[in-house]
Amino acid sequence: MTALHGMGCGGLLLLGFSGALIELYRICAPGRFSLLNEFERKLLRLYLIAMAVLAWGTVLSGAYIVYPWYRARPPAGVTDYAPYPQQTLLATPATAGWHNLGMEWKEHVAWFAPIALTMAAYVVAKYGSDLRRHRHVREAVLAFMVAAFMVSVMAGTLGALINKKAPVQGGAVINFMGGTK
Amino acid sequence: MNAPQPSDDPQKTGHDAGSEIPNGAAAAAILSAAAGCFCIGLFGLLGDALPALARCFNFYNPTGPLSGVTTSAIVVWLALWSILSRTWGDKSLPMGKINASSFLLLGVGLLLSFPPFGDFLQGK
Repeated sequence: MTALHGMGCGGLLLLGFSGALIELYRICAPGRFSLLNEFERKLLRLYLIAMAVLAWGTVLSGAYIVYPWYRARPPAGVTDYAPYPQQTLLATPATAGWHNLGMEWKEHVAWFAPIALTMAAYVVAKYGSDLRRHRHVREAVLAFMVAAFMVSVMAGTLGALINKKAPVQGGAVINFMGGTK
Repeated sequence: MNAPQPSDDPQKTGHDAGSEIPNGAAAAAILSAAAGCFCIGLFGLLGDALPALARCFNFYNPTGPLSGVTTSAIVVWLALWSILSRTWGDKSLPMGKINASSFLLLGVGLLLSFPPFGDFLQGK
């Protein structure tokens, strides 16, 4: 599930930003929007809707499935903190910053992305070809997309690094290979 | 005679008045999205600073206060979007000012969500 959150939804979302940003930059350049034909506009609309869905999938799976495993408290008497990533990180000052700065920042700022992407998808879907008349609107959508990209990169990078320091081990164990016979 | 064609010249489209679809709906979506981002930063900071509020934000125990911080911000965002859409939907607004306000809210929200800045505001 952690892989689905980080690599499935989050990874696909980050890959999607390259196409969306290039396309939005193209239509923001003076005189360019009218170069998109109807099919390309429809494609951009679907692309942004798919990105918004991916962004919501990433933050919801992160907050409501992976994060509870991350912040789980060990029962009294337990000294092996390995299955409790937050406790593992907070146990020593050398790693506490990964939670106090990394996770505390990531868990909030990541939510900027689905909000910004929902707005961008709505505006592009609502205005369609009429966006050619709204330079300031196009610029705002592009700026929010850049912000969404930056927070997604930051959240994804911190998530990967934190998971490397203290892996989240929740959920069922899946064995791809047979193991011992 | 040919009907006048919409121009993409930035000199002519710098202000958004006179368009077929007024910019009010976009302004509502942009400003409310920025307000939603700002609320995530603000609620996160308040939840961190005030333990009583953090307990109120604990909507779903396994996730903790994060569940309430984000859900409340989403509710504010969607409510504001709905209100502004109804108010501005058929109007043409000065998008330069809307954009400036939105970027300010987004920037402050980003700053408030940065833990060292939140600690600084709390005097930690």
